[in-house]
Amino acid sequence: MAIFSRTPRAPLEYSRTLWMRLWVGAVMVFLYAPLVVLMIFSFNDSKRNVVWRGFTFKYYDKALGNDVLVEALVNSLTIAALATLISLILGAVAAVMLWRFRFPLKGAVDGTISLPIIVPEICMGVAFLIFFAKWLEWPTNLIWPFNLGAIIIAHITFCFPFVTMVVRSRLATFNREQEEAAKDLGAGEWAVFRDVLIPHMRPALIAGALLSFTLSLDDFVITYFTSGPDTITFPVKVYSMVRFSVTPEVNAASTLLILLTILLTAVALKLQGVKAIAETH
Amino acid sequence: MTDAPRPIIQIQNVSKRFGKVTAVDNVSLDIMAGEFFVLLGPSGCGKTTLLRMIAGFELPTEGHILIDGQDMAGIPPNKRPVNMVFQSYAVFPHMSVADNVAYGLKIAGVRGGEVKDRVAEALELVKLGGFEDRMPDQMSGGQRQRVALARSLIMRPKVLLLDEPLSALDAKLRAQMQFELADLQDQVGITFVTVTHDQDEALSMASRIAVINKGDVAQLAGPSDLYEYPANRFVADFVGSVNIFEGKLTLDEPDRAAVDCPGLGRVYLNHGVTGPHGADVWVALRPEKIYLHVPGEGKAVRAAAQDAPEGHNFARGTIKGMSYLGDITLYDIELESGARLRVSRPNLSRHDQEDFTWDDKVSMHWRADSPVVLLG
Repeated sequence: MAIFSRTPRAPLEYSRTLWMRLWVGAVMVFLYAPLVVLMIFSFNDSKRNVVWRGFTFKYYDKALGNDVLVEALVNSLTIAALATLISLILGAVAAVMLWRFRFPLKGAVDGTISLPIIVPEICMGVAFLIFFAKWLEWPTNLIWPFNLGAIIIAHITFCFPFVTMVVRSRLATFNREQEEAAKDLGAGEWAVFRDVLIPHMRPALIAGALLSFTLSLDDFVITYFTSGPDTITFPVKVYSMVRFSVTPEVNAASTLLILLTILLTAVALKLQGVKAIAETH
Repeated sequence: MTDAPRPIIQIQNVSKRFGKVTAVDNVSLDIMAGEFFVLLGPSGCGKTTLLRMIAGFELPTEGHILIDGQDMAGIPPNKRPVNMVFQSYAVFPHMSVADNVAYGLKIAGVRGGEVKDRVAEALELVKLGGFEDRMPDQMSGGQRQRVALARSLIMRPKVLLLDEPLSALDAKLRAQMQFELADLQDQVGITFVTVTHDQDEALSMASRIAVINKGDVAQLAGPSDLYEYPANRFVADFVGSVNIFEGKLTLDEPDRAAVDCPGLGRVYLNHGVTGPHGADVWVALRPEKIYLHVPGEGKAVRAAAQDAPEGHNFARGTIKGMSYLGDITLYDIELESGARLRVSRPNLSRHDQEDFTWDDKVSMHWRADSPVVLLG
């Protein structure tokens, strides 16, 4: 399209065609318009979220002053952090086991390890409800953060298969000669794991951690079924607030959460470099 | 080499089977201290398996491997006094050059200034001085290989094993590295054992070569012996290029022999045939040892007659193919018998390649010490 540039378009340079640009634009609007609207209306000086009545920060004050909301946010972040940490260890160990070793029932383990990803969340939620009520009665009066134990266990269950998947695909690209080179230079099994295998898995571990953290942070269904009467998480709290009315306070809290997620992702990407994470997929 | 050769690696009746496939078949070899030893063979001949058994990454199905007199059975790779340079170099991508080279020392518990000094020394040895802080992805393939070399040499192993060390380099760099590896080996005095499928590489670097075919040693000899006195058709054909003709021994004396080859004609040798043999033999003749003459065959006949009886070591043919390679020109010649003969001719002056062209009738002769009689 001549209106964009003077040099002629090369055959595969689709990014310079008008229809491609319009399409990309439409996709971006479709993806991000709801989020942008949510963020804008968090500054709306109105009780109802329908008409723009001027700019204000007061709903941020209100959200941060809402003790229950803050408690829910802290709970959610704690759950996400612990669930991510444990999923990372479990997931990575499972991936290495499946990649490296032969053992009885390996096929069965391989086939069922990703089941939590495909089983509908509502089924998982009901299953956990029954599990914690009948089989492993989780005490309700524990001190923080042990009162979150049931939720954390549930979150680990659906997070760690994602870590396993990402780490396994990364391990498939491992050059076994590196392991042999390390051994040749005197390294034992543990040193090989620490010095060669873990550095190779690093981008996948970061990608897996990001996945786990975000999955855990915004999980509603499973958390709703496993949280006791005294524990509340951010998504569940927002849901209960929305049942009365969608106030800008909800918008403000959500905006803070979005910013927090973006920040954490940026830190993770910075730590590893975007390229290395992209390589794992 | 040292005055009294001492075997540093003894391979004793070693076999390796993977299921039904026999990769190495009852091989016995002594590799001497200070040697540049090359295992040469086509892909899948078992040479890499042999190397990996020395390093300890594969265990022999039968037989023993001794390094410096000590049986290696049950000793894992990380406890053997050998180090290996891998085909992919296997440089650790997340470590700097210095960390790569220092890795073995750190595992061995060497600390502090000694590590730094020895890293600098090892890098100097492979001409990578000043590259300490580079990351492997900022280096070329040739440089990564030098890192792998330094990483192994810093361990001061008794034997350095190299798996196809030059196969990933381009032709110019390969030629240069052949010299450098030989120099390096001279400098450090460590025994080198190299695996390669490239005969040029083997001939240029090795002090001794074991040609491996189908898991067995086809011949063990120095480079020039291997080329000039191949023991069998496989070696003659694999090392260099060669014309091989079937024939019958008509004269068989200690100091001379003659073979009647239906394809090539009558061949006379001014040396005897050694080893137990019958009348059916093969004659091998290298392309560069055949002289081409323009038609009017008198000159060829006269030249052949200088060291052979009349009617021997002489042939006529027609040029059916030519390939000009700059330094030499290769000719594919159809003999009167219908057989094909490959002849190479150095282009000693600029217009030499214009002497002959397609469909020219030519005559050829070779000297009586050129042909080799092969028994198997």
